[in-house]
Amino acid sequence: MSPTPSKKSADAAAAAATATQARSSATGLGGGGGGAGMRLIVPLQGVVQGRGGLVLGTLIPCALFYFLQFYLRRNRSPPPTSPQPPAANGPDLPGIVRSSSRNFLSARGSSGHAAVSSRAASIARSGDSPYFVGTKKCSEDPYHPVDNPDGVIQLGLAENRLSLDLIGDWLARNVTDTLLDERQGGLSISGLATYQPFDGLVELKMAVAEFMGQVMQGSVSFDPSQIIMTAGATPAIEILSFCLADAGNAFLVPSPYYPGYDRNIRWRAGIELIPVPCRSTDNFGLSIPALERAYNQAKMRGVKVRAVLFSNPSNPVGNLLHRETLRDLLDFVTEKGIHVIADEVFAGSTHGTEDFVSMAEVLNTDEFDRSRVHIVYGLSKDLSVPGFRIGLIYSFNEHVIAAASKLARFSSVSVPTQHLLISMLNDTKFITQYIKTNRERLRVMYALLVNGLKQLGVESVKSSGGFYCWTDMSKFMKSYSEKGELELWKEMLNVAKIHLTPGTACHCIEPGWFRLCFTTLTEKDVPVVLERIKRVVDNH
Amino acid sequence: MGLHVDEHSNYNVLSSIATSDGHGENSSYFDGWKAYDNDPFHPIDNPQGVIQMGLAENQLCLDLMQQWIKQNPQASICTGEGVSEFKDVANFQDYHGLPDFRKAIARFMGKARGGGATFDPERIVMSGGATGAQETIAFCLANPGEAFLIPTPYYPGFDRDFRWRTGVQLLPIQCHSFDNFKITEPALVTAYQRAQTANIRVKGILVTNPSNPLGTTLDRETLRTLVSFANEKRIHLVCDEIFSGTVFDKPTYVSVSEIVEEEPYYDRDLIHIVYSLSKDLGVPGFRVGVIYSYNDAVVSCARKMSSFGLVSTQTQHLLASMLGDDDFTTKFLAESRRRLSRRHKYFTAGLHRVDIKCLESNAGLFCWMNLTHLLNEATVEAELKLWRVIIKEVKLNISPGSSFHCSEPGWFRVCFANMDDNTMETALKRIRKFVSPGNHTAAAQAKKKNKRWDAALRLSLPRRFEELSIMTPRLMSPHSPLVQAAN
Repeated sequence: MSPTPSKKSADAAAAAATATQARSSATGLGGGGGGAGMRLIVPLQGVVQGRGGLVLGTLIPCALFYFLQFYLRRNRSPPPTSPQPPAANGPDLPGIVRSSSRNFLSARGSSGHAAVSSRAASIARSGDSPYFVGTKKCSEDPYHPVDNPDGVIQLGLAENRLSLDLIGDWLARNVTDTLLDERQGGLSISGLATYQPFDGLVELKMAVAEFMGQVMQGSVSFDPSQIIMTAGATPAIEILSFCLADAGNAFLVPSPYYPGYDRNIRWRAGIELIPVPCRSTDNFGLSIPALERAYNQAKMRGVKVRAVLFSNPSNPVGNLLHRETLRDLLDFVTEKGIHVIADEVFAGSTHGTEDFVSMAEVLNTDEFDRSRVHIVYGLSKDLSVPGFRIGLIYSFNEHVIAAASKLARFSSVSVPTQHLLISMLNDTKFITQYIKTNRERLRVMYALLVNGLKQLGVESVKSSGGFYCWTDMSKFMKSYSEKGELELWKEMLNVAKIHLTPGTACHCIEPGWFRLCFTTLTEKDVPVVLERIKRVVDNH
Repeated sequence: MGLHVDEHSNYNVLSSIATSDGHGENSSYFDGWKAYDNDPFHPIDNPQGVIQMGLAENQLCLDLMQQWIKQNPQASICTGEGVSEFKDVANFQDYHGLPDFRKAIARFMGKARGGGATFDPERIVMSGGATGAQETIAFCLANPGEAFLIPTPYYPGFDRDFRWRTGVQLLPIQCHSFDNFKITEPALVTAYQRAQTANIRVKGILVTNPSNPLGTTLDRETLRTLVSFANEKRIHLVCDEIFSGTVFDKPTYVSVSEIVEEEPYYDRDLIHIVYSLSKDLGVPGFRVGVIYSYNDAVVSCARKMSSFGLVSTQTQHLLASMLGDDDFTTKFLAESRRRLSRRHKYFTAGLHRVDIKCLESNAGLFCWMNLTHLLNEATVEAELKLWRVIIKEVKLNISPGSSFHCSEPGWFRVCFANMDDNTMETALKRIRKFVSPGNHTAAAQAKKKNKRWDAALRLSLPRRFEELSIMTPRLMSPHSPLVQAAN
């Protein structure tokens, strides 16, 4: 991990060791000999207080630790027939097995065993989060108005099914020939199957830049040369993270935030996410003083903050950032000398009266240092084609563009799909119509759901973007706490058979908030959803 | 900024990954690649241009694929016939992949390997090309600073794919020409012990089978040695089998999965396969890579990581129908082998006539060509000097062995499947002219000190062979033959 590889093996080993340590503590996995040791010693000191407490208090845990090591070593090399040795170092004894000291022991080869990496082990345990539990239930027992009226309704997935028919119609109308049709831009199998630029075809970049400009209602134009295409917004965010920060550095993220960031940024890049709480009293708007506080706290801990990451329109709240806030934010990052990442994947999915303002637009109107500004975008939300995996990085920093174009090889978009989208996006008449119709449908559904909820006594934050509403159900919780929220979430899932995203999953500081996605519903489904929520609400 | 100048004087400070040269593109080989980019061969427009022989791309059977797509318009959803499936496909974003796609891939994997092993669709994990697959498996199996052993010569892209973002190291297992570059147990043990002496934790072995750049396949004994060694040391074995469908000659291909199936007492949890359709099917543009692991924890982890490189559902859909067509895949694999075999024979025979030998091989899209007799001394510098002459004067872009971390100078990888017959003929003519006894310009010049090229192409290949090679130099460019070779 050291930037300049050292020539001597000893240096390399030392660097490697440091890197391991840094990485494991960065991901919060380092059992850490020192800290854990002290936690053991101090209480034991109390037990043996009186005669030589300090000595015994130190000796006893040391002896215990020694025997534990001994025990582990004996059990670490299972017989060859053992079906799953890696499991042995996962969940059972997490603290000790993953400590860096153990890595050094094994480095000498005293006890070989085939562990998966600690990065892998950390994620292997993430299967019981509310999102996974709820989604699993939805896939096992999906709601269908006719076939399965008693099934689970998925309101936890930000996916837009409202306007798929438009895309389908376009395809049926326009593309009557195969992928190989020579008339459609002279496409042939060798232009389709062979190696193409990993960061996206120029034609696609041009078409997407055009689309972005259109989505933002012509208020700003985008330069195709600043675009790096990736296989979805997920790798776009990860690649940016790898470019902007080292493992152990941190990003400030106004919370509640999209739960996927934890996976996209923390997991492999090893970057810490520091939630900066936004409050319901501020309508969950971004507050610069809160950013300032979080920044200073991180600094005091010795953590280097490298960027502010925010979504606009916000996911999960759905509100838009005002021009002034964006300006303040730019002032903030300029003052601190850090980067800013604007996740604008919902830019075209606005449904309110308010206009969306892109970070790029603010940059155009004022004198700011552009090289610290990076935008993440994708077609999964605004064009409702998440399966096609089209995401992008739009950066104003040439070094980031250069590095990202090289990293894009790990997550390139398949070329046939790129060609399909090039011809669709180039039909500007269709795209204009699509954006308009889609917004209208979002508006209708949003109003339908939010008004219905209101009649049940469930209030939502006034929002203008995204596929969801952010609702306050705190008054139906048994206790005003995270536990109360999760109980209510379970009740919604098991009794009402509705899968929602609980606020805690989004690192919301106030309990009782839920995200409801309405774009997978039809208008006929809305009364069903409301009826089911009513069932739970009336119980409280 | 006034307050924070001390800490943030360089505002656009980027990460060490972004600023390091882990991508390998700052290597001098980039200059060599430019020679091709600036002056690419074209039979009519530029018959004197540089011929690309550094790109391991399989273009011999693209006509078969084209024909199939034309005959099966429903497979691509952007046709009238296929549009009815659009809704399900466009919105499908489950990282498990379309069930039909996984089934078809599993079946095709078995078929491409000669049917000796079967593959479970539930163990198929998608990733963005073999590049993404390599990185994902490295992320899954090792922490930064830990190492994988890898037999040399090896595909230089591994230095990037396996190491760059993961921080994992690659330590060479030295293989030699007197053994036909076979992986031997002593070499394996030496490499392992050397890592231990250096206090580096070895997490596994990474091999390519068929080998890139050698074009040879591993025999049963060698595979057994590798699997037993992995079992004995409790380390992983990653087999990159992306060329398994290109085996065009005897001996019959043996996949590590056959060894695993034959010997139940081996621990399956240690075995992982990387596969891709880029080489066997010749569709690198589709970006389909696969991890097949026998370890449940790795399958589950890699699947979650596949969010970072999912294959577009439109492409999944297309390939599910194509690979699901048994007649087509049978015919395609057989025809592809026949054409590769023919091309390989033609090329090696042509070289043989001018006394250039290649390592005997039975797979892959390339030959491992021995030009040691053209070196004036057995050094990397001499090899690179010859390489520059070949690029500049013979006008062939081939890849020098030193970029593959080969321990002996004078070997070159030459790709033969990314061109048509006429181009191949031209390339052979140029080689013949270069080495013919009457030609005192080229071959002889190569032997002499040729200072001119030193000025044009700065090559700074360091003392790699004297060193322990803990930090292997990062060589390769995004467009370099080397890089694209195994994507």
